[in-house]
Amino acid sequence: MTTTEPAAQPAPAPEPRHGRRLFVLWLVLSLAADLLIWFAWKPHLPPGDMSDAARHQQFDIAVLAISAAPVIVFAILYFVYALVVWRIRPGDDAAGDGEPIYGHTKVQVSWIVGTTVIVMWLFVFGTVELVTPAGAGAGEGPSPIWKLAGTQSATWTPGGKTMLDVQVIGQQWAWTYRYPQFGGMESSELMLPVNTPVTFHVTSLDVIHSFWAYQLGVKADANPQVDNVAYVTAKTLGSVTVRCNELCGIWHGAMFNYGHVVSQSAFQSWASGVQAKEKADGVLADLPPYALTYDPTVIPQMGENLIKIDGITGAAGYYYPPSDPVTP
Amino acid sequence: MSVTARAASLFVAFIVVAGVVTFVAMYYIGGASALATVHYAASAGQVNVVLQEDPQNDSASKPDWVSYYVQDPATQKWVHTTLFSVPANTKVNVTLYGYDGCTPLRNNYFSEVQGTIGNTVTLSQFDQHGKEYLTDKTTSVINAWSDCTVGHTFAIPGLNLYVPVASPNAQLSADNLCSSSPCTPGGNPYAKETFSFMSPAHAGVFRWQCLVPCGGGFLDGNSGPMQTLGYMMGEMDVVSS
Repeated sequence: MTTTEPAAQPAPAPEPRHGRRLFVLWLVLSLAADLLIWFAWKPHLPPGDMSDAARHQQFDIAVLAISAAPVIVFAILYFVYALVVWRIRPGDDAAGDGEPIYGHTKVQVSWIVGTTVIVMWLFVFGTVELVTPAGAGAGEGPSPIWKLAGTQSATWTPGGKTMLDVQVIGQQWAWTYRYPQFGGMESSELMLPVNTPVTFHVTSLDVIHSFWAYQLGVKADANPQVDNVAYVTAKTLGSVTVRCNELCGIWHGAMFNYGHVVSQSAFQSWASGVQAKEKADGVLADLPPYALTYDPTVIPQMGENLIKIDGITGAAGYYYPPSDPVTP
Repeated sequence: MSVTARAASLFVAFIVVAGVVTFVAMYYIGGASALATVHYAASAGQVNVVLQEDPQNDSASKPDWVSYYVQDPATQKWVHTTLFSVPANTKVNVTLYGYDGCTPLRNNYFSEVQGTIGNTVTLSQFDQHGKEYLTDKTTSVINAWSDCTVGHTFAIPGLNLYVPVASPNAQLSADNLCSSSPCTPGGNPYAKETFSFMSPAHAGVFRWQCLVPCGGGFLDGNSGPMQTLGYMMGEMDVVSS
């Protein structure tokens, strides 16, 4: 009687080192994604690089994208890897589970440390990027904490470090701009000199608007009776689109105009010209004295509160008293 | 309640809500688009647009709102609308009759005439007897604050066109304003203003508006006629010539 020995089972193939595979793949793909973001995408990211604030915002978006890309790459890579490598194949025990996991210290520590580092990095980076470019082009209220470097003066001339003050006035539905260093002249066109520190004083004569000079990376709410300060230094010549960024009535969408960044000498020429013209035709004298905010119900030239003036019968017999809130 | 009944109820509720929303949208959108558009055709490279602004209007729903009117060039009748069309790249001559009383501008910067040919307007003012107390004065500023002679503005911000519209003076405004629209010169003080500007070379819709907060009865004078097509805001449709 002969007996046959049972055939020896082939030894199972050693499990590949999935962790190392995933890490190498993740590293290569993340590096590729970050290089692509920095060199191919960043130059086209909004709002461009027309001003210091805009450049910082573009840089911020690029850094955030670079920080987020490895996380996104890891999530997608792990998902695809699991689908491809750990899928059920013919002959596998479809009903079988893998080995239970009761905890993995390395994974837990890695997760906690990794997410903490990411959050703290974003916190520190965001704070620095808010402080260093003097508020990052955002409105800082009437008493800004982070101020732009420059000297204050009652006049402005090209070539110096003197800051240019520009008051932005919103009303339904138009923007106008006053230049206190040029006699308080007013314009419906925003004109700025290049390479000059600018202080915007943003306010409103009626409802809440928001001054958004897109290419300059400046956005500041325009609130009635509030002086909202924002800073910027334009670095290149060009056109600027100014939009209202706060729903302010039926023509909110049409509340925009354009500005221009010009050479310092061209700005000086323009501003002096407008000042002279408005002085000659009397508009300059007709404007209220320059102030950081205006009460539209008081007209200084008339010497008293507007709603108490007799004889004004426009607007169906009475004039926008603020205590008459018959809302539509 | 059975699942079928619940589903049917849900379906009916959905249909009702969708119907109400559609009705409201169509009512307002349809209402806005129902405004007449007055078409101005060019003659020898020019068009003559004639407007008036009144202290009230002849509508049934909002008779006490201040309002613009546009004169139909074919019939010479006043149309209660603020929509009109002009050809592109054409000199637009505007005649504007101001029947409403004076109301100071919120921003007196708009006392300055901007965007017209020569940055000026020509102004005449009449009392209730038809007597002309200011004749054809060409000016670049109508100060809305010092002597209260501005009723409204005609502004097309997209063209940088800002024109203060003169009114009768404060005394005349107080006593004798036109009380039935559309207004006519007889028995009412009014101002007549003329100016010209070039329509843009390209076709498009340009909104125009009043910058005086003239919505009496509304918070700070905004809203109401200030924000309603057919009253103190409108559209100039520039069509290919």
